[in-house]
Amino acid sequence: MSDSMPNNSPLQSFDAQGQAQPLLRVENLKKHFPIYGGLLKRQIGSVKAVDDISFVVRPGETLGLVGESGCGKSSLGRTLIRLYEPSSGKIVFDGHDVSNLPESKLRGFRQQVQMVFQDPYSSLNPRKTIATILSEPFAAQGLYKGKERLERIDHLLQRVGLNPSLKNRYPHEFSGGQRQRIGIARALALNPKLIIADEPVSALDVSIQSQVLNILEDLQDEFKLTYLFIAHDLAVVKHISDRIGVMYLGKMMELAPKRELYSSPKHPYTQALLSAVPKAHPDEVRPDRILLKGDLPSPANPPAGCVFHTRCPKATEQCRQRTPVLQEVANDHWVACHLYGETTSEQ
Amino acid sequence: MTSKDSVIVDQPFVAQDQLGSHRPLWRITLTKFWQNRLAVIGLVLLSIIIISALLAPWIAPHDPNWQNLRMRLQPPSAEFWLGTDHLGRDIFSRLLFAGRVSLFVGFSAMLGAITIGTTLGAIAGYYGGRVDAFIMRTVDVVISFPSIFLLITLVAIFQPSIDKLILSFALLSWTGTARLVRGEFLTLKQREYVLAARTLGMSNMSIIFRQILPNAMGPIIVAATLAVGGFILAESALSFLGLGVQPPTASWGNMLTNAQSLNVFRNAWWYPTFPGLMIFITVLSFNFVGDGLRDALDPKVLER
Repeated sequence: MSDSMPNNSPLQSFDAQGQAQPLLRVENLKKHFPIYGGLLKRQIGSVKAVDDISFVVRPGETLGLVGESGCGKSSLGRTLIRLYEPSSGKIVFDGHDVSNLPESKLRGFRQQVQMVFQDPYSSLNPRKTIATILSEPFAAQGLYKGKERLERIDHLLQRVGLNPSLKNRYPHEFSGGQRQRIGIARALALNPKLIIADEPVSALDVSIQSQVLNILEDLQDEFKLTYLFIAHDLAVVKHISDRIGVMYLGKMMELAPKRELYSSPKHPYTQALLSAVPKAHPDEVRPDRILLKGDLPSPANPPAGCVFHTRCPKATEQCRQRTPVLQEVANDHWVACHLYGETTSEQ
Repeated sequence: MTSKDSVIVDQPFVAQDQLGSHRPLWRITLTKFWQNRLAVIGLVLLSIIIISALLAPWIAPHDPNWQNLRMRLQPPSAEFWLGTDHLGRDIFSRLLFAGRVSLFVGFSAMLGAITIGTTLGAIAGYYGGRVDAFIMRTVDVVISFPSIFLLITLVAIFQPSIDKLILSFALLSWTGTARLVRGEFLTLKQREYVLAARTLGMSNMSIIFRQILPNAMGPIIVAATLAVGGFILAESALSFLGLGVQPPTASWGNMLTNAQSLNVFRNAWWYPTFPGLMIFITVLSFNFVGDGLRDALDPKVLER
């Protein structure tokens, strides 16, 4: 596989740095949703929700993914956990390629990768009690029976700060934050290595958000969890992540350690995003607000060249024609932008 | 991380276990249903009709098939509460026994149609793609059958009987349920709890029957309730035409058949009135109950 990769790929250098094997390695992943139209319902195009994305998730870290609504970050999460079939590319989890495994062989993978969903009002089956909802992971995997299963359920509820005596109630009897904790307990039930959290706090009140984030952090320490944390709230991502990836229109624009990204954002899109964060204090010195012109282009018909060139204040002729690849511009700081270096992809 | 560069302030986590009193789902549904007066009246009427049909042999004052030609077309009296028919049979007793037949046809045909429709609709909606296309085109074909003519032809070829009636009702009327259930599944399979079940490695059958179907039961129960009324009406119509339940077995529909002569209409108003009233009240009650259930089982009650 390394032959087919460009020399300066984020995957290669990762290996070269001699760190531990990544928990999750994503190679040139694409997820295109077909659009059917016309009289004969033929495929007339596709929505490029995830378009050629490569990155790794290291064991024990929290990788944050940010981007506007519709940039493909949720699609990426759902493709990684194989809720969506990848159109092409590889998903290597813990050394095993799971991108083409049929559903019947995903059992082991399903145990090790779990998801926390965005909407706590839709992520719990309204017709089931909490005890039933939390017994489903064990039932699906054929783990623990009878009394032991019940004990596990009690333990899970305690772990997320809920009273086990409430387990015979229905989801509608709980608040949003409590429901989200139940969702976390469910994701935790199978002792996964990786949890993909798809905007886990964006549907919650701000006061409840911090509770849920703290629980996620506590659990990470306790169970040595790795998180892929998808969000659009920059403050939340900054709080919880070790590294942050910035997505735009199905592409990864920048990927860097948190402090690096916030102190010296390289990509014009990241700069614009960060300048939009409200100041925490009036005296805080900030670069001027960068206002992006226009709307997010349609992912069904993304701009040629760099997908961001239609809104980029620094776009050049080169940006309109050639697609930049993600390359390392500083230690572990990856940017896909022509402003930094000469490397471009063939197309 | 200091609190200055973050909007998130660490705070001691407080468990909020103070919840309102425990309210099970069925109680919410029951409360909702109870608030709908027409539905409650319908349910009471239906209960009376169903119970008296079940207890017909013990309640009926006369043998429903006992003919007394000297007592033809007697008006309601102390002996014949609702009068007698053209063969001198007691209409009240016949109505009770006819209720058994009509309700049996209605419920059996409903069970058949709902079972076929729910299964095929669930498969079509959940799997989508070619399976969906095939099932839904079959639905289109079945809907295009001119069902009354088909029923008449079938009955003309084979001897009419109650089980053939039920079978043909079920085979011709599952399509509405299939479309309904498919639609429900198309929406519900996108819910995050279904996605969660998939990420847990739950089998498709478990997801269809344990996760999605319980949430689609509301509309199915409503459709089933309305269907019973519809089938009773259809049975009455066919029996009235002499193609349904055959005499001497009484059904509400075939009781009307003999009541259609002008003589009866002029001189024995009670003969067509009571079977007609039974059909009317029963079907109306089923519709009221169905509407009440529609509100009571509305899943929006559970959200927020």
